[in-house]
Amino acid sequence: MARIDLVDLAHSYGGNDAPPESFALKPVTMTWRQGGAYALLGPSGCGKTTLLNLISGIVTPSRGKILFDGKDITPLSTQKRNIAQVFQFPVIYDTMTVGQNLAFPLKNRNVPKAEIDKRVAEIAGLLDLAPYVDRKATRLTADAKQKISLGRGLVRADVAAILFDEPLTVIDPELKWQLRSKLKALHRALDLTMIYVTHDQTEALTFADTVVVMHDGRVVQSGTPAELFDRPAHTFVGYFIGSPGMNIVPAEVRGREARIDGHTIALNRNYDGLPPAAKIEIGVRPEFVDVAPPGSGLLSAQIERIDDLGRVRFARVRVGDVKFAARVPAGFSVPDNTAGLVFDPSHVHVYADSLLVEGK
Amino acid sequence: MDKTINQKAWFLVLPVFLVVAFSAILPLMTVVNYSMQDTFGNNQFFWNGVGWFKELLDPSTDLGERFLASLWRNLFFSAVILAIEVPLGIVVALSMPRDGWTVAACLVILALPLLIPWNVVGTIWQIFGRPDIGLLGYVLNNLGINYNYVSNDFDAWATIIVMDVWHWTSLVALLCYAGLKSIPDAYYQAAQIDGASRWAVFTAIQLPKMNRVLLIAVLLRFMDSFMIYTEPFVVTGGGPGNSTTFISIELVKIALGQFDLGKAAALSLVYNLIIIIVCWVFYTVMTNAGAERPAKQGVA
Repeated sequence: MARIDLVDLAHSYGGNDAPPESFALKPVTMTWRQGGAYALLGPSGCGKTTLLNLISGIVTPSRGKILFDGKDITPLSTQKRNIAQVFQFPVIYDTMTVGQNLAFPLKNRNVPKAEIDKRVAEIAGLLDLAPYVDRKATRLTADAKQKISLGRGLVRADVAAILFDEPLTVIDPELKWQLRSKLKALHRALDLTMIYVTHDQTEALTFADTVVVMHDGRVVQSGTPAELFDRPAHTFVGYFIGSPGMNIVPAEVRGREARIDGHTIALNRNYDGLPPAAKIEIGVRPEFVDVAPPGSGLLSAQIERIDDLGRVRFARVRVGDVKFAARVPAGFSVPDNTAGLVFDPSHVHVYADSLLVEGK
Repeated sequence: MDKTINQKAWFLVLPVFLVVAFSAILPLMTVVNYSMQDTFGNNQFFWNGVGWFKELLDPSTDLGERFLASLWRNLFFSAVILAIEVPLGIVVALSMPRDGWTVAACLVILALPLLIPWNVVGTIWQIFGRPDIGLLGYVLNNLGINYNYVSNDFDAWATIIVMDVWHWTSLVALLCYAGLKSIPDAYYQAAQIDGASRWAVFTAIQLPKMNRVLLIAVLLRFMDSFMIYTEPFVVTGGGPGNSTTFISIELVKIALGQFDLGKAAALSLVYNLIIIIVCWVFYTVMTNAGAERPAKQGVA
């Protein structure tokens, strides 16, 4: 049980002298609350596994420090950090039974046998593994094996955090839901810090209280799922989270107005004083743009196709050269080729060089 | 589906049948034929039934005594070299680098002994061990150790065993190394997190993951050492006395030295049978060890 602080932590597989842009993890300072459920979300190669391995000690950072409850543990080996980690592929000790697998971390730490038996029985019960305790672990299914990997972390009473590295990759879809709800239930029951690495936004948003979005070795935003949806701090977050992703359109922004393709859109705030050389874009989620019959005063768009997602329909349209997605209101019959777009001004965000600008 | 009956297909099978007949079936049947007969040369044969086999298994006869003595020598030799080469091969594989240019260097060095023909290996050690001109023999004798593989049983055995270890440990090491390389990094990382000691990593991860290649290594080394002929023949010629006369050497002596084709044929059939049985036992053990029963569904 611990709060984890990362202080100016950075890592390069090419060594500390590598150019800053090549770092797998660019300097990051952040705090992981004790008892929090975190998701590290990002595309493959964005540095999320590197960050996870730095925390568990499998990788030693090029720079910076990691603190557990204020204590610097950067130089400590993995064995000495109280960290549990579940890997992408189930790791099972082949020759052992399920019970022996669960007991392994305790045996290695010379815990008395009576204590081991008690903990193993407790954790096996918690993970619904009790009927299999005496069976060879190799004979079980992938999801049961992942539970064993998780159990090996949970048996240690002193564990500070459990790290998950895309643990559901090899699990069948219908079992993914079960296992994920199991994780959530365990998190509520055990008051453990859990950090969950994934590239699947559904997994991240359903598992975590706080989602940390990474892009190109940087943490671009960390917040609740609602914050990430409503106020993406970076155009990447807007685009990566949500389906379809946020519309990002180059625009000229002056005061309370944005101009796209010669058309003016009202903004809720005043954006005077934007950096002059920056690339200015506006971002708006498809959920907050409605398709309407073409009319004066509306931005006109060419309709390319309609995606019917069952509950909602999204129109894929084109404004000049820019692709756009917009919601089709219920009962609205879509015109053949040209439509107008109605923006919800409170959800139109302005980005300068990909970063969110707070208006006045 | 209807089967097409095409008698011409037999002609296509014929060449294979002929090749197999001439290369395997006819020679083997000739040996079976010899094993039932006695000959005094001049291509004259006399029916002997199972007489040679009875003699072979009866230690009170000359043939039986020679066969059983050499069989024990073979089994002892195989046991000793397995007991040395398997652990040593594992140690070598474990201490090899995991990546970098040194891997290639190690692999080449390890492969070198395997590339040397058997009789060359024998000749190398025959000269290496000679007390007058051989580096090993000369140095040992100058250190005050009375070493002479031509006259001392123990020295002869030691030389042959060390030679075999030198020649074949590489094979075990290479197989083990391949087994080790196939273990995903996550296993080592999980073991670190579980606080496993070096020994626990070896027994819980590396050894179980190597068991398939180890079985292959044991099988290959057992078969090869059980059939060994060339190296001891070149180094000791089966001596001193008969102390390093293995079954294969005995067989050649009986067949080509004494021209006792009947005895030799019976001996070679039994020799062959032993090897086939051991192969079968290993095969059964291996397939049973490797066969995982299908996992039960719904364990979640």
